[in-house]
Amino acid sequence: MIRRFTRVPLVRHLLLALVGLAAVVVVLESTSPFRNAQLANVAYLGIAAGGLTVLTGLNGQLSLGHGAFMAIGAYTTALLLQDADPALPLVGVLAVATVVALVCGVVVGVPAARLHGPYIAGATLALAIAIPSTALFFDDLGGEQGLNVLVPDLPTWILDAAYFVTGNEMDRTRSIAYIGWVCLIVTYVLLANLQRSRVGRTWRAVRDDDVAAEIAGIHLGRARVLAFVVSAGCAGLAGSVMAMAVRITAPSGFTLNLSLLLLSAVVLGGLGSLAGALIGSALLTFLPQVVTDVGVDAGLTDVQAAQLSPLVYGLVTMAVILLAPAGLVGSLRGLLQRRRLASAGN
Amino acid sequence: MQQFVNTALGGITLGAVYAAFALALNLIWRSTRIVNFAQAPMAMITTYVALVLIDEGYSYWVGFAVALLSGLVLGAVVERVVIRPVEGKPDINAIILTLGLFVVLHSAAAIVFGSRFQSFPAPFGLRGIEVGGTSIALTPFGVFTVVAVATVMVLLVLLFRYTDLGLKMRASAFGPEVARLLGVRVGRMLTLGWALAALVGSLSGLLIAGGSLVHPAYMDSVVVYGFVAAVLGGLDSPVGSVVGGVLLGLSLSFVSGYVGSELVPLSALAILMVVLLLRPGGLFSHVAERRV
Repeated sequence: MIRRFTRVPLVRHLLLALVGLAAVVVVLESTSPFRNAQLANVAYLGIAAGGLTVLTGLNGQLSLGHGAFMAIGAYTTALLLQDADPALPLVGVLAVATVVALVCGVVVGVPAARLHGPYIAGATLALAIAIPSTALFFDDLGGEQGLNVLVPDLPTWILDAAYFVTGNEMDRTRSIAYIGWVCLIVTYVLLANLQRSRVGRTWRAVRDDDVAAEIAGIHLGRARVLAFVVSAGCAGLAGSVMAMAVRITAPSGFTLNLSLLLLSAVVLGGLGSLAGALIGSALLTFLPQVVTDVGVDAGLTDVQAAQLSPLVYGLVTMAVILLAPAGLVGSLRGLLQRRRLASAGN
Repeated sequence: MQQFVNTALGGITLGAVYAAFALALNLIWRSTRIVNFAQAPMAMITTYVALVLIDEGYSYWVGFAVALLSGLVLGAVVERVVIRPVEGKPDINAIILTLGLFVVLHSAAAIVFGSRFQSFPAPFGLRGIEVGGTSIALTPFGVFTVVAVATVMVLLVLLFRYTDLGLKMRASAFGPEVARLLGVRVGRMLTLGWALAALVGSLSGLLIAGGSLVHPAYMDSVVVYGFVAAVLGGLDSPVGSVVGGVLLGLSLSFVSGYVGSELVPLSALAILMVVLLLRPGGLFSHVAERRV
């Protein structure tokens, strides 16, 4: 009976979400503020990477411009949170940032949907470079210095409820980490359902054989634009969380490296896998510190050691494509399936 | 009037550099059907090689020649080691690989050569040429830039159009199986294509660096502009690359001179989008039938 119930994807995803939420509470309550800040970083990278993995893995479109959509979400958030007493509640701010990024996703996605392979890569690359530079042009966006983000306090009833459950006072860093992870869980449940729905199936059909998909009555352009827009919306939400976590929104936060970092996270975890996107984001958040420490111990200067982490993640990305194109999650899944087949054969 | 002329002249010099870069992308596209996003950092590395030699006290031209040669070697090595394993796989793999290489070369250069800005010499004067008592925005080095790029373009057209080697390279790109059956050493042709492209890319790196500052990211914006120039001309035609480069250089120079330099990248994006919507194959493409 219970088994039949958990076969329904929606029920399964919601159960997983609840388990995830419980795990988030335990982890955030038992770690230091510094780790909380790092975990908030994992959350916003994970949200953006989740959107990107759906676009690239399920629909086969490569975007190097997701850092630009994060910038759009972050600047929207910064503009809304200029005063200590903002007009919108936090949920509203997150929603507006997502919607603005969605709209920009339509503007870019409609022409991009007609492009293939290297053309779409080049166009989105141009987007990644253009958006932060354009922010410098408008005086209202704070120029090189960027904008400060004033995150308001959470409503008291949430703080009281949190105190009732955990017995700890919630400080600002931890509350932002919570915001990030709740956004991540909501996003992933929506994306996971989308993957298992009719929409997800049409995306996969378009990726695997566009001619066959069109003959089967799928409108190619519409499917591609929708995938692009959903993915841009995720990046906008991620940018919104990022603005709150970093508390400053400046062009220097949205370099081409951010877009390439997201792509690495997605490739590392495995294209098309949400779990993979999250694992990739976590690895790329915690790796720089480890690698930099190793570099300093090996006698490099601080400046040189800081360059080691991009060197490592670049090399790892290349190695994954050359040796295990399915990424971490995909390779593991393949391994398990082979073992299951072998044991079934005996 | 004077500002207009100077903006146009500056745009042509700039366009020549983009054109060189677009030529390099175009060469790789013609020989392997891959767009090499790591073209810029590769050129950055070879420029640093030249800079190290010049700082050691060798003449500019020794550095220039060695940089071009190291570009040739680097291109061949990258093709054999990195690109060969993904031959015939989905093109997304090759794109991600070249992007990974982009990040790797960047950080490697910062570790080996340092991240600080270093000045790079120029073989010719950087003062504007005097015309009737006023100096215009065309420098002797600018003239050298334009001439060098035009020469490379002519050589490439000759290579692809009038030599056996060029024909073999084109055949390897379009029908590797058939070419192999006809006795073409396809693998060698692919390596040669990458090597030549990296050489042309190195040239554009040297031309951009001449008389200005070099640091690990100095070529980054050129990745985008070179790509836009290549697409403007259609990725298949060397002449198109040069025309696309000059057109783009002029447009961006006017945007920068009359509107604001912050909007240059956005204008490049707008130009790219408009061209791709109107003529997906570029301005100089043969119209090819696409099924969907």
